[in-house]
Amino acid sequence: MSKQEQHWEKSRGLLFMTLAIWFVFSIGIFLFGAEMNEVTGPFGYPLTYWFTCQGSLGAFVILIFWFANRQEKIDEEFGFSERGDD
Amino acid sequence: MIKGNFIDNLPKVYGIYTGGFLAFIIIMSIAEQMGMTAKTIGICFVAFTVAIYAIIGYLSRTAQADAYYVAGRQVPTVFNGMATAADWMSGASFVAMAGGIYFKGYGYMALLVGWTGGYVLVASLLAPYLRKFGCYTVPDFIGTRYGGNLSRFMAVVVLTVASFTYVTAQINATGTIASVALDIPFQYAVYVGLVSILLCSMLGGMRGVTWTQVAQYIVLIIAYLLPVFWISNKMGAGFFPHFMLADEVSRIAELEAQFGFVKNSAENLKEVPKGLAGITKAHSAVNATPWAFISLALAMMMGTASLPHVMMRYFTTPSVKAARKSVGWSLFFIFLLYSSAPMLATLSKLSLIDPTLPTGIIGKSISEVQAIDWYQNWNQANLMFVSDFNGNGTLELNEFFMGGKAVVLATPEIAGLPYVISGLVAAGGMAAAMSTADGLILAIANAISHDVYYKIIDPKAETAKRLVVARVLLVVIGFAGATIAALEIQGILGSVIWAFDFAMSGLFFPLVLGVWWKRANKEGAIAGMFLGLVSGAAYLVWVRTGGSGFLGITQLTFGIFGSAVSLVAMVVVSLMTSAPNAATQKMVDEVRIPSGKSILGKQH
Repeated sequence: MSKQEQHWEKSRGLLFMTLAIWFVFSIGIFLFGAEMNEVTGPFGYPLTYWFTCQGSLGAFVILIFWFANRQEKIDEEFGFSERGDD
Repeated sequence: MIKGNFIDNLPKVYGIYTGGFLAFIIIMSIAEQMGMTAKTIGICFVAFTVAIYAIIGYLSRTAQADAYYVAGRQVPTVFNGMATAADWMSGASFVAMAGGIYFKGYGYMALLVGWTGGYVLVASLLAPYLRKFGCYTVPDFIGTRYGGNLSRFMAVVVLTVASFTYVTAQINATGTIASVALDIPFQYAVYVGLVSILLCSMLGGMRGVTWTQVAQYIVLIIAYLLPVFWISNKMGAGFFPHFMLADEVSRIAELEAQFGFVKNSAENLKEVPKGLAGITKAHSAVNATPWAFISLALAMMMGTASLPHVMMRYFTTPSVKAARKSVGWSLFFIFLLYSSAPMLATLSKLSLIDPTLPTGIIGKSISEVQAIDWYQNWNQANLMFVSDFNGNGTLELNEFFMGGKAVVLATPEIAGLPYVISGLVAAGGMAAAMSTADGLILAIANAISHDVYYKIIDPKAETAKRLVVARVLLVVIGFAGATIAALEIQGILGSVIWAFDFAMSGLFFPLVLGVWWKRANKEGAIAGMFLGLVSGAAYLVWVRTGGSGFLGITQLTFGIFGSAVSLVAMVVVSLMTSAPNAATQKMVDEVRIPSGKSILGKQH
């Protein structure tokens, strides 16, 4: 397998992982919205309500930065990262 | 004070700008103490901020194609994040979102999840790859990846349908705010709004829009957060509302149980002015089925990843790496406002319905409520209404009605904040609507001038001529949008959601598969765009004209149907026709790695 194919395989793996986490916070939780809302979540808000106000939104922010860092590492590993700028 | 390159001095420039804006707010509040009228304060806020944007627009003028189309590809990560946030957060987000949460609760909050979760798709599926491609516009990617003028043209059509649906709502919002703040009739205010919008974008194109959007973000975020924190502290609800409103949320649930949601008779509701609503849904309880919530969130997420005015912001970063990080910063800046909207809705609702608070009106006598100053003001503005349906002389929860915009616009006044805050909120709403309108008009004009005029009609045109065409189109599209906005056909929020559905119907899969599926070819992409858009639009028309719909797909989520048709059509047609040639396959391979030259040259 060429270097480029390996790079793409790893990138695709990262994509699937990112989308799986995305799925949990954007869809998974809300399949059980009514049940989960009975539980008291962070800062004392009902749990599902908290996810819609802050939890899922914050998780997406963190997820994107995490993804960007992981992808940069993969690019560096195979020598495909850009040089000289940010 | 400022030496050297503009880009190197950005933090300093915008630092001074922010300080200047805060100083302006303080001067205005001193002026208010000294007796300046509310009307003059409103005019000062809107005129001052719009003048600043116009100056930035003028200073960013350019005669170069790459500066006009992609801001010279040198916008730093964090600043591009701010610009995208302003581009993204429309008049609807600013003025109507807290109101939607206030009235509809959980079912509406699917929009919060959808309009943020979509950025994960942008970051992981599209933005870095399209940046590597080096295109100027989204149809530029479709046209080059799939080849042929027809695919390019179809992409322009989808882009125009989605963005135009969206932009009329934004021009409408600038008109509403300008007409209130400047006290002129709406039909004229729409054109005042339009001229302000064009001042930002005409001379500098993407470069002008970028630097005004950063300035607009700063105004809009201050205008949103300052009242939320102030009201929360004034009510004694908590120093940092986001972490401290749990008691208030449970108090609302308690009051809801105590009052009950009494259903009004149709006859009584006839009295209520159009556009106003009562509180009929629980504030924090789950009041929608899982599918209703998830389908709306999913439609908004896929729509986010297909809207060209957002995607093209990531063409302006210096590198692929920066494009990825920039998506994260965009969402962070959006998060600041979106996470505050539910807090504002909570504070607003509690301050109105809790009889133990001095501002609470439920349980007071009707005549007492009708004598309150702010009630009279907002009643006159057609945003508040009370009526004694059951004739007991006391205001009940089901007898109080409010417009969605009032949550953002009226809460500062109800909580007893000085008028200067209301002026600030008007400036913030104007900034939000202008920045989004600018991004959208530019997206349409650039696609038509670059993809239709330059790439299809006259490939030999000189840069100067191309940019003249681009600017003429900008003005024409702006005026067309304003003319339709002046007719006041649909509400602000409805047409915003439709824009997402149109975009995802036609563009989501052609864009994503263009990067992630090498076998996708021209015929497939054309079928996907065409059938996706047509079937989505047909579904919308069907449901609007009394059709029952299926699978719980409503007129707000018709993009789910459209994009499913688009996916099937694209896969089937691609597999039935021949695979893309070796050059195209190699191009896709090149797009997938960040290093090396972009597919399209710096000037093209």
